[in-house]
Amino acid sequence: MFRRLEEDAGRAPVRFRFEGREIEAYEGDTLAAALAAAGALSLRDTPVSGAPRAPYCMMGVCFDCLVEVDGRKNCQACMTVVEPGMEVRRQTGGDGAEA
Amino acid sequence: MKSHDAIVVGGGLVGSAVAFGLAEKGLHVAVLDEGDVAFRASRGNFGLVWVQSKGDGMQAYAEWTGRSADLWPGFADTLSGELGVDIGYRKPGGLHLCLSEKELEDRKALLHRMHNQAGEGGYDCRVLDRAEVADMVPGIGEAVVGATYGPHDGHANPLYLLRALHNGLSLRGADYRPNARVERIARDGSAYAVHTATERLVAPKVVLAAGLGSRRLGPDIGLDVPVAPLKGQILVTERCPQRFAMPTAFVRQTEEGSYLLGDSHEDVGFDVTSSVDVIGQIAARAVRSFPFLNDVRVVRGWGALRIMTPDGFPVYDESETHPGAYSVSCHSGVTLAAAHALGLAPAIADDRFRETFAAFTARRFDVSQA
Amino acid sequence: MTADYDLAIIGAGPAGLAAAGLAAELGLTVALLDEQERPGGQIYRAIETVGASRPLAAKALGPDYERGRGLVDAMRAARVDYLPGAVVWNVSRELAVNFSRQGGSREIRARHVLVATGAMERPVPVPGWTRPGVMTVGALQIMLKTSGLVADGRVVLAGSGPLLLLLASQYVEAGAPPAAVVETVPRARYVEALAHLPKALRAAGYLAKGVRLMRTLARAGVPVYRGASDLSVEGGERATGLAFRQGGRERRVEADLVALHQGVVPNQQITRLLGCNHVFDDGQRCFRPVLDDWFATSLDGVSVAGDGGGIGGAVAAEHAGRVAVCGIAHRLGALSEPERDARAAPSRAALDRDLAVRPFLETLYRPPREVLEPADDVLVCRCEEVTAGAVRGAAALGCPGPNQAKSFLRCGMGPCQGRVCGPVVSEIIADALGSDPGAVGYYRIRPPLKPLTLGELAALDTDTESGAA
Repeated sequence: MFRRLEEDAGRAPVRFRFEGREIEAYEGDTLAAALAAAGALSLRDTPVSGAPRAPYCMMGVCFDCLVEVDGRKNCQACMTVVEPGMEVRRQTGGDGAEA
Repeated sequence: MKSHDAIVVGGGLVGSAVAFGLAEKGLHVAVLDEGDVAFRASRGNFGLVWVQSKGDGMQAYAEWTGRSADLWPGFADTLSGELGVDIGYRKPGGLHLCLSEKELEDRKALLHRMHNQAGEGGYDCRVLDRAEVADMVPGIGEAVVGATYGPHDGHANPLYLLRALHNGLSLRGADYRPNARVERIARDGSAYAVHTATERLVAPKVVLAAGLGSRRLGPDIGLDVPVAPLKGQILVTERCPQRFAMPTAFVRQTEEGSYLLGDSHEDVGFDVTSSVDVIGQIAARAVRSFPFLNDVRVVRGWGALRIMTPDGFPVYDESETHPGAYSVSCHSGVTLAAAHALGLAPAIADDRFRETFAAFTARRFDVSQA
Repeated sequence: MTADYDLAIIGAGPAGLAAAGLAAELGLTVALLDEQERPGGQIYRAIETVGASRPLAAKALGPDYERGRGLVDAMRAARVDYLPGAVVWNVSRELAVNFSRQGGSREIRARHVLVATGAMERPVPVPGWTRPGVMTVGALQIMLKTSGLVADGRVVLAGSGPLLLLLASQYVEAGAPPAAVVETVPRARYVEALAHLPKALRAAGYLAKGVRLMRTLARAGVPVYRGASDLSVEGGERATGLAFRQGGRERRVEADLVALHQGVVPNQQITRLLGCNHVFDDGQRCFRPVLDDWFATSLDGVSVAGDGGGIGGAVAAEHAGRVAVCGIAHRLGALSEPERDARAAPSRAALDRDLAVRPFLETLYRPPREVLEPADDVLVCRCEEVTAGAVRGAAALGCPGPNQAKSFLRCGMGPCQGRVCGPVVSEIIADALGSDPGAVGYYRIRPPLKPLTLGELAALDTDTESGAA
C-alpha cells in the first residue's frame, strides 16, 4: 500500500496497536500515515450508510480518517501524532458517547 | 398566471405552516420569503414539541398548545409520507431536568399554577424525583435533583419540518418565492397589493408571518405586531449511538444521533453571532446533566433570533381596519406547526378567525396598560 | 480591554512565517498560532525534520521545498510567541482568538489579526471518490514530507494543476513512478492560455519548471493521458481503477490508489466566521475575501495574507505576508506612511512578478464542469452523504442558496463543517438557478471552527451557578 523510502535513523520507533495488532511507526508520524504504512487504509464506516472510508486529504479538512484512540471516538487520524502504547480502533456507524 | 387567493409573507416555520393549511383548503397561495441568509428563527429552533410549560397565565394558549400536540402525530405522518423522509417526530414525553433544589421548587410552583389554571383533570404533568428521572433517562449527573415530566411532550427535526412544509406547498400548487422581501402592502380595492422590489402581487387575503419583519409591515394593514428579537444559542454535536429517545428541555438526541444543546435567553437585538461565554454555559449545563457528554464533540454552534411578544404568548390578529389582513407571530414554530396548519389556517380560509382567536389579539396589551 | 499582543497570526505556512519574522523585526509583539505541531504549513510541512534524517525524501521533494527552511529558521530566531498545536476555534469581531491546545482552551486578544490559513485542495467529486484507495494528490505529498512514505502498487494521478505534475515528478525522483497521469485539461485550453503567455514570461521560472516536470515524466516513461473527461473511480469497497473518456474513447486504467487534484482554493473559514466581505473570483473559480492593497479585509483589524486571500502559491504568500505586515505596522503606529511604502516596495515588486504567471495557470487549469457540477448520483457532501441530485432537488423546491439547502438536506452539517462540500454546493445551486456562485453565496460559518469536546467548552464556564440557573 505505502512504503517508507528509507530507514529513518533520525526518529525513534514508536509502537502502538490498531485493532489489537501491534504496529511500529516512527516518532512524529501521524496515525493516518503510520496506519497507511502498515497497510490499514479503511479506518471507519460512515454513520449514514455504513460505507467504508479512508484518509482522503491528510491535512485535517475532510474528517474521513476518524478513529477511536484510547477509547475516545472521532479523533482525526491525520492530525493525531502517534504515541507509544496507543490503542487505536476502527469506527463504525454513529460513534461518540457510548463508552 | 392564476391570481392568488392569499399571500403569506414569510416562509419560515410559521408562514409555511399557515400557507400549507391554506393550500390544503384549496386556496391558491403565494409565499413570499427572504433570501438565503434571512434572520430565520426556524433554523435556530431546538425542535421541541413542548406542552408542559406552555401557557402559564393564559389558559387559551395552554389549550392551543395541547391541541397542536394532539394534531401532531397525524400531521407528521402526512408530511413524512409526502416527503419520503422521516421528519423525526416522536412523542415519548419530555423532561425538564432541574440542577438545583431552587430550580425544582420553581418548577413545582409552575406545575401547581398550570394545574389550578386548567382545572380538575386538565393538566397532567408531574414532578419526578431523582430516582424516577434516572429510570427514564440513562446517565444523568449528580447535579440532577429532579425533573418535571410532560406526557404530551415530544420533538421533531425542525429543518426537515420546514423542508416537508415547502414540499407540501409545492405539491399543493402553492407559489413559493424566495428572495422576495416585501417592502410594503397597500389596499387595492377590497384586496391587498403586496410589493417586493420587483413585483406586485394582489390577493383578497394577506397573512403576515414574517417573524420580526411583521412589526415593520403591520402598520401598512392596520396591525400592531409587538414582537422583539430574543437571541437563542444552540450547540449540536457529532453523531452518537442512540442513547435516549426522550427529549429534555436543554438536551435532546436527534434521530440522526447528534445531540442538540440549548438554550439561552439573551436580549441582544439583531445579533446572531455566537458568544463564547454563552457557549460555555450551555456546554456546562449539558455536561452536568449528562456527564457522558463530556467527551462528545460539538460540531456547530449557532445563534438565531426568536420572536418574542411582550407576554411571550402568541399574537394572532385580524385587522379591524383591513379585513382579510392577518398577523401570526409566536416563538413556538415547531410546537404550533400542526395547529397553525390544521386549526389556524382553516379559520382564515373560512372567515371565522376573529371569533376563534379573540384571546390572542395584540389588543390584550392595550387593556393591560389601561 | 487590553490586548495580549499587537498581532496574532493564524497559520505558520509561508505567509505566516514571513509575516511573523518581519513583524517582530518591526517591534510588534507577535503570537503565531498553528494547528500543526511543526512550522511550515502544508507546503513546507516537516521541513525541519526531512533533510538530515531522510535524504531520499528531501531529494525527491526538490529545491523549491528547501526554500521553506530559511523561513522557518528566521521565525525561530525572531521574538515570536510561536504556539504550535493550537487549533483556533473562534475569532470574534473584537479580535479575541479562542484556541484549543494540549486539551484546554485559551483566549488571546490582539490589536490586529492576520489570517494566514492558506489553501485547501478543491473537492473533486467524481463518481467513486469516497472509496478507500482514493486520496488527494496533496495528501500523497504530505505523506512523503512527513513520513517519507510513497504509495506502492499502481498509482494513478488524475485531474489538473501544477501540483499534479509536481507530485508525479517527485514520485519518479523517489523511484516510485506513477502508473499513469490522467490530465483533464481540454486541448482548446492550451490555445486559450497562450494569450496569457507573454505576461507569464515575467515569471518564467514557473514555466521552465513545468517543462522540466513534463520531461521527467516522459523520461521515466510515465503514460500521460491528456484531454481526459468523465472520470470515474471504479471498484467495490476499494478503488481498483479509473475510467475516463479520451478522444471519444472509453478508457480504463488499473489502479491500487487513485489520487485526485483540481487545484486549490482559499480556506475561508475564519474570514467567513468574522463576516468579512467575500467575492467570487471567476478566474480562480472560488470565493476569496475582499482585500485592499495592504491585504486588509473589510473588517477593521483583520488582514489576510497568502493563499487564504486568493491563490498565488508559496512564494507569493511569503511576499504578501511581508506587505501585509507593513500595512499592519502602519495601522498600529509602528511605521509612518513613507516608511511603510518604502519597506513594502521590494516585497510588492517581487509579489507582482511572481503573480504574473497566475492568469496563464488559471486559464489552463480551470476546473472542468464535471467537478463543479457533478452528475446527480455523485456524493458531494462526504460527511452526510448528500448527492448532487439532492442539492438540485432542493434548488428546485425554492432553496435560494446553500444555507437553506444545508437546512433541508444536512449537507455541510457533518464534522468537516462544510469545508469539502461548500464550494460544490454553491456551484450546483448557482447552476440550477441560472445564477452564479457569487450571487447565491456560501455557507454561513459558525464556531467552533473545528469540533471541540463539550468538556473543553464547559471548562470555559467559570460560574457553574449560571449554568444551573
